[in-house]
Amino acid sequence: MDDPVILRVENIVKTIGGQRILDDVSFSVKKGHLKVLIGPSGAGKSTLLACINFLSPPDSGTISLDGKAVDGKSRKELLALRQQVGMIFQDFNLFDHLSALDNVRVALVKVKGLDKRAATNRAMEELARVGLADKSTLYPAQLSGGQKQRVSVARALAMDPKVLLLDEPTSALDPELIGEVLTVIRDLADLGMTMVMATHQISFSASLADEFLFMERGRIVERGAPSQLLARDSGSRTQSFCAKLSELAGDGHCEIAPAPRA
Amino acid sequence: MEGFYSAAQASWEAMPYILGGLWWTAGLILGAMLVGFVLGVPLAVLHVYGHPLTRKAVAGYVWLFRGVPILVQLYLFYFGIMAYLSEIPALSFLPLSSGFLSAVIVLGLTSAAYQSQIFRGAMASLPAGQLKAARALGMSDAVAIRSIILPQALRLAIPAWSNEYSILLKDSALAFTIGVLEVMARTRSVAATTHQPLPLSILAGALFFFLTWAGIKTLKRLEAKVRIPGYAHQGSL
Repeated sequence: MDDPVILRVENIVKTIGGQRILDDVSFSVKKGHLKVLIGPSGAGKSTLLACINFLSPPDSGTISLDGKAVDGKSRKELLALRQQVGMIFQDFNLFDHLSALDNVRVALVKVKGLDKRAATNRAMEELARVGLADKSTLYPAQLSGGQKQRVSVARALAMDPKVLLLDEPTSALDPELIGEVLTVIRDLADLGMTMVMATHQISFSASLADEFLFMERGRIVERGAPSQLLARDSGSRTQSFCAKLSELAGDGHCEIAPAPRA
Repeated sequence: MEGFYSAAQASWEAMPYILGGLWWTAGLILGAMLVGFVLGVPLAVLHVYGHPLTRKAVAGYVWLFRGVPILVQLYLFYFGIMAYLSEIPALSFLPLSSGFLSAVIVLGLTSAAYQSQIFRGAMASLPAGQLKAARALGMSDAVAIRSIILPQALRLAIPAWSNEYSILLKDSALAFTIGVLEVMARTRSVAATTHQPLPLSILAGALFFFLTWAGIKTLKRLEAKVRIPGYAHQGSL
């Protein structure tokens, strides 16, 4: 029960173009836990994730990794932080000019300084883990959306991140391709990867998440265990948001999916 | 009639001499393209990713070389700067009085201005996610630009770059004004003795046309060779 806190986010404020996108956001993630960010578009979920690895530096507040606050002004600390925090993007952002193998390998060589052989071995291991060992020579334009996202997961995992940030990893995918990416994410959760994920896949994430954080207008307005927030009589914002999504999609969005695999 | 015949013969006999100018023309273009590339790439990077002041400086450079005609630059450089420098004894080991050197520098600096804009456009056209993903992996901006941005941007730039090649090729003919014995200079000097400018000008035109064709063909081949598999955007120009 007392897993150590890996990532601590405190009082993050971010203003873009005079508009307050994040308004005093705080939460922390323990080792092996999965926090899921839910909420309407424009709530600040993506910006919050981008603040954590300073792709979009927060105006104020503190990000601490492994108990050590990161100094956003130190280039060295920034680069070190980003090495340890993996990120998965909604639109994959694979490097278009590199094969799947090189996408996974490039940072191992250029950032971690591995020699080519060690980097290749590691990259192939990660591609195998996401079921794409046989696609290693293909280029992003030759892969399906689901395959691209799995390569991007392999690329992030190869760096041995302490935390993985996932920014709506399935939102850009055709419905029939979502499953293969969710399976990979589920495997990661089972393996104890520490993750923060923004998603609209509420019923899927409810079965894996340790906590839901419901965001609205730059604030976390509700937090709690999925089962508690999604209970029909909870009267929570999460529940009504989910009911709305589910009405639009016409499926059982707010049901908590059966426990992952037997 | 006999006069025409002997002039035509003189023109014909001058062929090897004029063809010899191809080496100088080719040297001018290759030298200037190279100078333009070596300076143009960092200028483009500074223009896109640099400090606001650096961006202004690059923009100023581009304006300057876009705004001043090459002929004026050649005169300023050859009769001005180079003539001045050649009077400094410490620099006497440099071939400062060479028109070829002046021409390569002037054409190269001008081409750097144009090439920087070609590369800048190519970099700006890449999706922002490429740099974001590179940074998210812990790459410094220098590494990200070298390993992720430039390899893609340079590929995208090849069609516009071959356009720059053909423009530079034709600008290189201006080097005759400062005594470089390239194709145009030789054509003019032969025409001055034979008084038959027409056949010689046609020959000169054909030679420039040939160089343009050969260069663009080569660049097309390069474009196909470095094409990213499955990437439809490429090779469509």
